[in-house]
Amino acid sequence: MDWQALQLSLLLAALTSAILLPLGLLLARGLAHQQFTGKYLIEALIVLPLVLPPTVLGYFLLTAMDQNALMGQWFYQLTGSQLAFSFNGLLLASLIYSLPFAVQPMLRALEQIPYGLREAAWCSGLSRWKTFLKIELPLAWPGIVTGLVLSFCHTLGEFGVVLMIGGNIAGETRTLSIAIYDSVLAFDYAAAQQMSIILLLIALVTVTLVYRFNRRLMQF
Amino acid sequence: MLSVDIKNQTPIPLDVQFNCAPGQLLALVGPSGAGKTSVLRAIAGLLHCRQGQIICNKAIWQDSVAGINLSPQQRRVGMVFQDYALFPHLSVADNLRLALPASTKNDPARIDELLQQVNLHGLAARYPGQLSGGQQQRVALARALAREPQVLLLDEPFSAVDKVTRRKLYLELHSLRRQLTMPIVLVTHDLDEAAMLADEMCVIHQGSSLQQGPVDAVLHRPATLAVARQVDARNLFSGKLSQQQDNLYLQWHGQQLTIANANQINTGETVHWIISPSKVLLHQRRRPSHGEQENPLSGVISDMITLRGITTVLLDIVDADNAILQMDVPEHVVSRNTLKIGETIGVSLLSEAIHLMPDNRDAGI
Repeated sequence: MDWQALQLSLLLAALTSAILLPLGLLLARGLAHQQFTGKYLIEALIVLPLVLPPTVLGYFLLTAMDQNALMGQWFYQLTGSQLAFSFNGLLLASLIYSLPFAVQPMLRALEQIPYGLREAAWCSGLSRWKTFLKIELPLAWPGIVTGLVLSFCHTLGEFGVVLMIGGNIAGETRTLSIAIYDSVLAFDYAAAQQMSIILLLIALVTVTLVYRFNRRLMQF
Repeated sequence: MLSVDIKNQTPIPLDVQFNCAPGQLLALVGPSGAGKTSVLRAIAGLLHCRQGQIICNKAIWQDSVAGINLSPQQRRVGMVFQDYALFPHLSVADNLRLALPASTKNDPARIDELLQQVNLHGLAARYPGQLSGGQQQRVALARALAREPQVLLLDEPFSAVDKVTRRKLYLELHSLRRQLTMPIVLVTHDLDEAAMLADEMCVIHQGSSLQQGPVDAVLHRPATLAVARQVDARNLFSGKLSQQQDNLYLQWHGQQLTIANANQINTGETVHWIISPSKVLLHQRRRPSHGEQENPLSGVISDMITLRGITTVLLDIVDADNAILQMDVPEHVVSRNTLKIGETIGVSLLSEAIHLMPDNRDAGI
């Protein structure tokens, strides 16, 4: 059992969800109830990681993170360290990879709020920001929690992208799913089973909680 | 005073002008899709009109020439939406609190007072989902009033409740009105509702305001044929205006009717005319009625329909090419005079009650 990998996986998933909460909300808010040219393109780009093979996404990210590429160079100048094969690179990849899992439920939840409620809030004197805080956020809460949990679980279980851009560096980029793969390759089935059960339990518990929580929240 | 003068092309063409005095209730009437709700949204600042001016109590809310367009938050309107748009996750009290101005935000007495005003005391802790349609409407009204608005806008507020509740809410709004001092604009497609609640009426058709005036004037003295059609004028006919010596006559299917007022229409012209069914005078069987000599006609009763104590009698005027004239009489008059289908009776069209409209078919409809 690779405790370090579990710790790394949990940290990566928690950070990804924490960053995706404001980022996803911002994107969802910008897209809900809005019509503008290019909206479909933005929606498609957000959903793209869902349908793209992780290796393809990983390949493009890896080339972008190269120190000679624009993004890798920029990051190197800024921090003095490289993105590829580092925890930071893994975090960036996870943000992109898990973005649709955060944005989609948030967007659906915001879109389900009747537009008339926003107008009623404005007519009651509430600014757009206060309308978002006091009306939209509480009403979209189940969708926001769902997005948060799904992106957490999804990051926890990601494999292909991590392997492509993170490699397998203990304490830096070796996540639990990589550790499982390693154990199987080394015929250490006991460890693989242990870690798989841990991931299964985490996924089961969180998803069950989301369902239960949502049902309770949906009742007004 | 609220004065509105707006023009718009998209998304819905609008060309609407009207005024509403403080404490006055103005009904915007017209068929579905006429643009009534859009007008209300424009006043609230939810719909931006390209051209026009909206002035409320000398404050300019919108002026396309000066480039002024205040946001809904800056306009201080109280709006009751058609589906009420109550915030489902907030209690009744919190729904109201959200709309209270900062000075009274934390004053529970103010919330009690508002709930008292709309007969909802004791329901402050409930959630909108736990209320009946009528109660929800009252909360929406209280929330609109909570903001201490300078204009109260009501968008078909009675359309989502059953008939019994609706009658109750009519009476409540009628008595609540006496406490309100701001202009009130009510959007409705129901003429009876407008007639019951409003002081003035503004007829809107295909995005244009056709006529504004006191309810009685618009209903019984429409300015044009288009307005007459919109207010569902029942005895709507056309004829020709003529003059003999000092007297004006209306030539109608070979009948010559005396009229009191030509409504600035030249003699010899084709005119449209209406007479309210309640102003057709029945010649009583036993004793002569006052005014019997005025424009007497005889007709055969072709049908009778009674609703809430008023009987509408359909008269086939044989001498006027079988034109059908409608007459409203109280039910007891029908039984006292033993009116029956197929019988011939005499009626008079009082010249004062005949209202003429110019023949400008091209304008309007």
